[in-house]
Amino acid sequence: MAFFLETLLGGLMSGMLYSLVALGFVLIFKASGVFNFAQGAMVLFAALAMARFSEWIPGWLGMDNLFLANVLAFAVAVVVMFVVAWLIERLALRYLVNQEGATLLMATLGIAYVLDGVGQTIFGSDIYKIDVGMPKEPVMMLESVFEGGILINKEDFIAALIAALLVISLSIFFQKTATGRALRAVADDHQAAQSIGIPLDRIWVIVWCVAGITALVAGIIWGSKLGVQFSLSTIALRALPVVILGGLTSVPGAIIGGLIIGVGEKLSEVYLGPYVGGGIEIWFAYMLALVFLLFRPQGLFGEKIIDRV
Amino acid sequence: MSGRKFGEVILDLKNISLSFGGVKALQDISFNVLEHEIRAIIGPNGAGKSSMLNVINGVYRPQQGDIILRGEHHANMDSYGAATAGLARTFQNIALFKGMSVLDNIMTGRNLKMKANMLQQAIWFGPAMREELEHRAKVEEIIDFLEIQHIRKTPVGRLPYGLQKRVDLARALAMEPQILLLDEPMAGMNVEEKQDMCRFILDVNDQFGTTIVLIEHDMGVVMDISDRVVVLDYGKKIGDGTPDEVRANPEVISAYLGASH
Repeated sequence: MAFFLETLLGGLMSGMLYSLVALGFVLIFKASGVFNFAQGAMVLFAALAMARFSEWIPGWLGMDNLFLANVLAFAVAVVVMFVVAWLIERLALRYLVNQEGATLLMATLGIAYVLDGVGQTIFGSDIYKIDVGMPKEPVMMLESVFEGGILINKEDFIAALIAALLVISLSIFFQKTATGRALRAVADDHQAAQSIGIPLDRIWVIVWCVAGITALVAGIIWGSKLGVQFSLSTIALRALPVVILGGLTSVPGAIIGGLIIGVGEKLSEVYLGPYVGGGIEIWFAYMLALVFLLFRPQGLFGEKIIDRV
Repeated sequence: MSGRKFGEVILDLKNISLSFGGVKALQDISFNVLEHEIRAIIGPNGAGKSSMLNVINGVYRPQQGDIILRGEHHANMDSYGAATAGLARTFQNIALFKGMSVLDNIMTGRNLKMKANMLQQAIWFGPAMREELEHRAKVEEIIDFLEIQHIRKTPVGRLPYGLQKRVDLARALAMEPQILLLDEPMAGMNVEEKQDMCRFILDVNDQFGTTIVLIEHDMGVVMDISDRVVVLDYGKKIGDGTPDEVRANPEVISAYLGASH
């Protein structure tokens, strides 16, 4: 039982991180109907900015305070992501309003390569580390309930907490504020939103900024775990099954989809793995996504696809 | 419609021409709209009515001609610009935000009037909250006015067609526009719903003094509620005047009865 719980919790925590990346996809898709292939590149770009600035800033200012350096680096990285969001809107999206979905998809694919390239040109292409002082050592919990207790990775736990906090504040922002309402309006119908005086260009910049911040948070968490390297760019692909599962248009879907896939990966690896020779974790999510595409293409929480004949 | 006083010319359209590739949707069309009047644009299918409305609303930019709104040139505005200039519109095929509640839909109409910045909204800070409540009060007035209290929390996508049309009108009214553009407000409605809609249009015009430009298929309805009517056919203006004048116009009669062109 203790072992099962341990696996389950581990799954939930890594699932939370998938949710975070998936959230970036969903935000942009909802607000602009664009499937943003550049989300992974944004994670890498943000993580690179964070890693490098936290390295450079102490040198520039001649100080030796890790915490302060990290706070400053975070602030600078946020600004960098805002600039990226603004540039993407200004240079690419603005000219593609009301174009076919495929056109926009290709545009984001292009943006992904540009971000990958520019990011590594500016910040370098080695492996960098982000040290935000996450505790690395695991802790034992519930020792009185189970024999031997449950081993929990503190780093994962904190990461999951941060992700949960971000998700909650974003949902409140979307549901309760006037800007959130305007965002949802644009997501529903560009034309109508414009005609009632919602400025499309500004809304898109806001959405990409928010997606940039989720990318930054995801980048910091993954980066401090695995090191900042090019492969961060491909973690976005791990979030693809999550969006398919949860539905591209649903914020709660992204969260629950992420959790299901996180848990599913871990449990299947542990309990099914031995029968098929292991390695399930890598493809389990895609398998699940395929099943969903066959039987429920709109995902768990997505809007039902109805075609008018 | 006697006894009501119209104001100055509020909207003046001069020699508007619009084409899509080889299709001439509008050819050299001029007419004006007086303040506080109800102005109808009618015509058979494909006459260019919707194109005309989309030109006024900034969705299409005419290749030629000028749009003068309260003495200012507006031929190059987009639909966001039209909204800031005090024009609101409804849509023929209803373009509501389907996932959102009726209340939220109407609240989006207040967007331009909201001044609190995003940071204040994000932390639900004093001015943002006060503002939200003020706008909410205004929206409740509109909800009462259009008699849709009972559905205010319902997601719009679940409402029947006639009510959706009413919410569409409510959202436009929430903008407190000077000019309200209605794209076939009565299309697809049953008799009772049509009567309700007529009453609302007349009330809006009467109580708020809103100038109304409407497109309509249903000749009977139009003649009853409009002050002046423009008739389009194949992108050309073939009639302009009071309902009675238009009704007596031989060109209009032939267009509607399908006589030889």
